[in-house]
Amino acid sequence: MHFELTEEQTLLENMVTAFVRDDYNWETREKIVKTEEGWKPENWSKFAELGLLSVPFSEDHGGLGGTAVDSMVVMEQFGKGLVVEPFMPSILLSGNLISKLANESQANEIIPKIIEGESRYVFAYAEPQSRFDLSDVKTSATKDGDEYTLNGFKSVVFGASMATHIIIAARTSGDQRSEDGITLFLADIKSNGITLQTYPTIDEYRASEVVIENLKISSDMVLGEVDKAYSVVEEVIDLATIAACSEAVGILQVLKDSTIDYCKQRKQFGQPISKNQAIQHKLVDMMIEYEQAKSILYAAVTADLSNADERKKAVSGAKARIGQSIKFVGESAIQLHGGMGMVDEYMISHYFKRATMLGVLFGNVDFHMKRFVGLTQSNIEPIDGSATIRGGY
Amino acid sequence: MDTTFSSEDIAFQNEVRDFIANNYPQSLRDSIAEKKRNNEELSREDLTTWHKILGKNKGWSVPGWPEQYGGAGFTPTQKYIFEQECARAECVIVAPFGPQMCAPVIYTFGNEEQKAKHLPGILSGEVFWCQGYSEPGSGSDLASLKTTAVKEGDHYIINGQKTWTTLAQHADWIFCLVRTNPDAAKPQEGISFILIDMKTPGIEVRPIYLMDGINEVNEVWFDNVKVPAENLIGQENMGWTYAKFLLAHERSGIAQVARSKKAIERIKQIAAAEMSYGEPLIQDPAFQRKIAEAELELTSLEYTELRTLAKDSAGKGPGPESSLLKIKGTDMQQKLTELAMEAVGYYANPHMGTSLSNEYVGPDYSTNLSGSYFNFRKASIYGGSNEIQRNIIAKMVLGL
Repeated sequence: MHFELTEEQTLLENMVTAFVRDDYNWETREKIVKTEEGWKPENWSKFAELGLLSVPFSEDHGGLGGTAVDSMVVMEQFGKGLVVEPFMPSILLSGNLISKLANESQANEIIPKIIEGESRYVFAYAEPQSRFDLSDVKTSATKDGDEYTLNGFKSVVFGASMATHIIIAARTSGDQRSEDGITLFLADIKSNGITLQTYPTIDEYRASEVVIENLKISSDMVLGEVDKAYSVVEEVIDLATIAACSEAVGILQVLKDSTIDYCKQRKQFGQPISKNQAIQHKLVDMMIEYEQAKSILYAAVTADLSNADERKKAVSGAKARIGQSIKFVGESAIQLHGGMGMVDEYMISHYFKRATMLGVLFGNVDFHMKRFVGLTQSNIEPIDGSATIRGGY
Repeated sequence: MDTTFSSEDIAFQNEVRDFIANNYPQSLRDSIAEKKRNNEELSREDLTTWHKILGKNKGWSVPGWPEQYGGAGFTPTQKYIFEQECARAECVIVAPFGPQMCAPVIYTFGNEEQKAKHLPGILSGEVFWCQGYSEPGSGSDLASLKTTAVKEGDHYIINGQKTWTTLAQHADWIFCLVRTNPDAAKPQEGISFILIDMKTPGIEVRPIYLMDGINEVNEVWFDNVKVPAENLIGQENMGWTYAKFLLAHERSGIAQVARSKKAIERIKQIAAAEMSYGEPLIQDPAFQRKIAEAELELTSLEYTELRTLAKDSAGKGPGPESSLLKIKGTDMQQKLTELAMEAVGYYANPHMGTSLSNEYVGPDYSTNLSGSYFNFRKASIYGGSNEIQRNIIAKMVLGL
């Protein structure tokens, strides 16, 4: 029983740490997010050189065969640097879908290009009415001969403007909210029939609304089995949720440490404000919340993720609990920074905003609490002797 | 990262499990259940039977002691597993005052005579100890204590009062912090650590009844109590150092995760039996949410504890992080006693087992749940209040 990283994982961590330190300092990041594109394509080439783009793919396909611990290691460090390049949407989410679902010819065609950094896929799943429910898919795909025609609307697709390709979840059968009847389609993002409306997010990432109008897709571009995408989508989103939690934990560490440093330096009434017990206890509670968040992330990455029930419990548990930590640590960091916490120019507010948006990504606290309840509070046997009512009966 | 135990540790886990199954007396289980039902204090026999059984099995009553003193010499992981199994089987807790608090001070700072005299009785459970630290005017500011020990020949004469002394009514011995030098430059520098036989003339134990009606703690009064000087541990005026050592020494199990897991299981079962709006309470979204939040907090705490354990096993030693385990562990116990009480609705009200109420009412499982809730408010106060724990983390961990 231990929480040490393997030698390979330590190397991976050192590599990403070095990238964030050397290529992603605050000034550099500020420049990147203010560009039209909102990312730096050279960094993607760097990720390819470092081998990061191969993390989710199997060794057969030239990948690293990465586990949840590997993606945690990368995302925690990316979190510390607020790295805006679309690693999570393109590699840990879309890459993992492709890794799990592509047939042999698709895999041979697609995966090498992703690993080399030539292709970037994004996954369009959410819709305006779906909120966090992955089974709520209105976008339709109707088959005519060897071709499907897709129509619909996808919401808040992160990194779509940076992508070369898109994976679209569409309904091929069943009711709007049925798990059965969802199919995934691969398409060039510049296809006729796809229109992106791209915008910056509050935390300076880029996302797009995706309008799909009479998009024609050949049936050999179906990813996985027709009608049967739901369970894999749920699994891959779960694994990406762990990545989001990892990024959040990296950010929480920065929020906590920076706030401690700030309170030691900031003087009022002739002494550092960290000498006040009211401030000290708040900082201690931030530290406790950070540690608890990190602990439940460790619980999730070491859970038996191959067992669907265990996976769902571990993921929803972690996301719900870390969501609470995000709120507490983030809000406290701003509070203790006082006016400086409110300022756009100073970095702390950017960490707070990113952490808060990660709290929403793939389902917020309420969503995951409810999912966790469903998995842990069903079929509970009433306590023995509950029929024994004494007294006047 | 690997959260599985080694095959040796799993074999050990099975050994502990079997030992408990074969040796924990059903009569003890029944006796304790009956006391809880009747809102009565546990007897000395209830408190020491299991201790004595463990003492006869390879020093399992004192898992943390080195083998040279008859201890089990467990590794940190074995200690963790042992505590977890005892909690799972709902064994009565072995009172920590002798085995976990006083003994490590004796075998670390005491002389050979003291070790030979006291350690065997602590190990076997024949001698019951209590802790004389707090005083009416000295709670969190323990170093302000006023009980005096004045040397007269080969004796110390003790005068003063200790309070909140847990289970002093059963104790044969008390280990005390006393003031031997009232003129020391700093209050910490005038304190000594001394062992006192509770049968010595001049000692009086007065019960304190807490808000659940139970006599768990006491006042201990000292009126010209004559204690042999050979009972002083280590050097005179060095007591504060030993007391700090004691605080840092034995914090494993402080989070009580396994016992809290049991408590959540039970709350769920109670909530499955209780009805609300015609449905089992466990289907009420508001209550579901509370259970889920508690369960997740406990999972986090469990892994925080495992992380501390992993550090400890790697020889890095649990540091002031144990304050975190104390804060969160006691928060948890309080939250769970609250949820259990809340689960039974109106039946939180009856106070059973008093002289005015010997007819039981309500479902069997509801008895005295509110008593536990009220009783466990103590948890965030004792052992260094949770505010003091935050001060410790602020200073020792965050460097504020």
